[in-house]
Amino acid sequence: MKTGFSVFLAAFVALGASCFGLVYGPLKQLSGAKETTVLQSDAKWPQQRTGEATLGEQVYRANGCAACHTEQVRQDGFAIEVTLATLGTYKPEDFRAFVHSLFIMPELESVTNAIAASLRDWKGDLPKTFLVTADKEIAGKLVQSVTVPGVKAQLRLVAIGPDIARGWGPRRSAAADYLYDQPVQPGGLRAGPDLANIGVRAPDVNWQLGHLYAPKSVVPGSTMPAFRYLFEVRKAGAAPAPEALKLKEGFAPTAGFEVIPTAEARELAAYLLSLRANAPLLEAPFTPVFSGKP
Amino acid sequence: MNPNGNKSICANEIDASCRVPLLALFGGAALWLVLGLALGLAAVMTFHKPDMFADCAFLTFGRAQAAANDLLLYGFAIPAALGVMLWIFARLSLVPLALPIVPVVAAHLWHLGVLVGTMTILFGGSTGHPWLEYPRAVAVLLFAGFMLVAVSAAATMGFRQNRELYPSHWFLFAALLWFAWSYGTANLFLVCNHPPRGVVQAVIGWWLANNLIFVWLALAGTGIAFYFLPKIAGKPLASSGYALFGFLTLVFFGTWVGIPQSAPVPAWLPTASAFGALLSVIPVIAIALVARKTVCGAKVPCMGGPFCFIKFGVLSFVVSSLLYIGEFCPRYSRVLEFTWFNFGVTQWQLLGFAGMILCGAIYEILPRVMAGELPFPKLAKANFFLCSGGVVLYVIPLLIGGVEQGMKLRDANIPFADASAIALKFLRISTTGQMLILLGTLCLLLNIIVMTLQWKLGLVKTVVTVFKDSLVEGSAHQPLPCDKEAKS
Ligand code: HEC
Repeated sequence: MKTGFSVFLAAFVALGASCFGLVYGPLKQLSGAKETTVLQSDAKWPQQRTGEATLGEQVYRANGCAACHTEQVRQDGFAIEVTLATLGTYKPEDFRAFVHSLFIMPELESVTNAIAASLRDWKGDLPKTFLVTADKEIAGKLVQSVTVPGVKAQLRLVAIGPDIARGWGPRRSAAADYLYDQPVQPGGLRAGPDLANIGVRAPDVNWQLGHLYAPKSVVPGSTMPAFRYLFEVRKAGAAPAPEALKLKEGFAPTAGFEVIPTAEARELAAYLLSLRANAPLLEAPFTPVFSGKP
Repeated sequence: MNPNGNKSICANEIDASCRVPLLALFGGAALWLVLGLALGLAAVMTFHKPDMFADCAFLTFGRAQAAANDLLLYGFAIPAALGVMLWIFARLSLVPLALPIVPVVAAHLWHLGVLVGTMTILFGGSTGHPWLEYPRAVAVLLFAGFMLVAVSAAATMGFRQNRELYPSHWFLFAALLWFAWSYGTANLFLVCNHPPRGVVQAVIGWWLANNLIFVWLALAGTGIAFYFLPKIAGKPLASSGYALFGFLTLVFFGTWVGIPQSAPVPAWLPTASAFGALLSVIPVIAIALVARKTVCGAKVPCMGGPFCFIKFGVLSFVVSSLLYIGEFCPRYSRVLEFTWFNFGVTQWQLLGFAGMILCGAIYEILPRVMAGELPFPKLAKANFFLCSGGVVLYVIPLLIGGVEQGMKLRDANIPFADASAIALKFLRISTTGQMLILLGTLCLLLNIIVMTLQWKLGLVKTVVTVFKDSLVEGSAHQPLPCDKEAKS
């Protein structure tokens, strides 16, 4: 009988410890979380969603989009990018020759091949990234050596990893990104691409609506199921309604009918456009691209 | 010591006391199992024919898949395990089930909850937290049902004639405690009016998923296996020391697993889970050793009977647990995360481990409880071969496909569509397995339904005869025949 009681007590302690560690601990540490600020700026992060997008999150939840889509970008680490911002009076060929003349420097020995390869077919378009390295010192030395009057090169801290390389986001997802999600839906299966930054990648609401109605109409060969039940097919009036979808041949309904997104579909699209986890944070830093390009 | 020591307790009496509660628990469980598998099949059809349910909101992948998963866990695994537990507690205590009406009520509350929860998900009312999709009202129903079963189990223990505690007791009692605790906690925080803000929601969700699917199923399944294996093999459980060791390490370490390695949370959380996972290898090995030693040398034919089911279940437990643990190794998780691998492991745990052990236990218990043979013993055997073959065919392609998909996703030069396409190829094979499992579980359902009908028909007949007899003369009450003594 004694052993029975002590075994029970031990189990109780064990289960309590797990509850304390993995529920109470994170609650204590994370649930008081407030907005943070974007790195080197006063902008608050994350931004509140609009009312429509907030409703749209409920459509996303109700239809279980998270069963196929994650909202979580992963990252393996960091690298330094050396990017040419201005060329001054140099012609690309001259700059190439100039950089090649620097290859005798012993510090650059390990990266000469990479630099040469990235400049080989370069036509002079700017900004031009010509080295990505994990070594801060080499990058610093290179910038120092190529900076001559008129030429400006910059260092950028960038996140690396396959998710980043696929263009799913400029950095890993951070805890702060989920602050205004209710419920938080990170997802567990990537049957479809990650959506943490779909609002940056596909900012056109009509594209989103068309994709939801008939994924194959905008992504040939798509295996995403269509969500036609979020749309209404109705008889067209004399003039087509302004909100009717413009669908490609083969996806449009029979003549005389038009496809109107329901309120749910529009909210869902607004939610998708609100998904942009692309600001540098203290916990997930990177240097934003300095040109106008996203 | 034992005040009623000289009063012999009749095994038949104990079994009969469990009849109605167990029928209520098992009948519903088998029905949910079949429906869950059918719904899972409907869900996966989306991958074979993407636009199949484009106009049908109820069966869209996200809803059907969630409802199917919950049916397997909440509809089938938990109530079936509760039924088996009640019977084991009564048998080990050598007393009839205490308060038998309570688990009957509990079973109805539970099944009502599952029905409402499933409908809610299909109508778009899921909470959005994986494995916790049921709305608040359903969570309350399930919790109440569970507590009622626990009360009956505890009362049975309280009246026990046999003071000895067996390894099964530890596992099953911990399972009773831990479900109430973890399910209650998670619902209290996530399915309430003011859930905590931010990513901590996901942390609690991961914690619950691990504690239900890995820890709870391991506790319940192992407890049940440790009761039946020695009984069928006809020799005592080998080394209760190892069993105790396995139990303690499981509750101490297993409960810390669950936070994915790449989770966007403070780094100590995934690290704690990685260590928990590493140490969880110990209980898995310990349990495997105990089971192996117990089974080894037993001259019992297997032939698709309950022994087969339970042996297959334990083997599934060991392999699926090791794979699950592997997912938390930082090195492998990078490849395996977000692929079909995790889905495959979970299905293996649910169907290959819990499902097989529970089916075996039900086939072992039902004839005793109903005091009659199974109506279709051949179908019971078919059930084993269909389900064991089905599980292998269902899960292995998912695992391989998941690894392939994961490696392709790691290489950013391979387009996303190619990585998905390779997984879809494996998915096609796995759907065949799913169908086999569905066929197998239909055998279970058929056996239970026909047995229940036979019993009800018998009841009606008895009532009629008693009524007739009482018209003739004051008929004597027939005590139950007691042909064998109860033995733990
Ligand atoms: C059965 C799995 C599945 C479900 C469920 C699903 N998707 Fe998809 N989704 C995919 C696949 C596969 C792709 C990639 C092919 C494509 O772009 O159409 C995709 C692509 C997308 C894209 C484009 C991503 C990009 O990078 O171009 C968006 C946006 C999207 N899905 C939104 C949704 C929304 C919103 C829902 C819920 C209403 C949803 N998906 C449900 C499988 C799914």
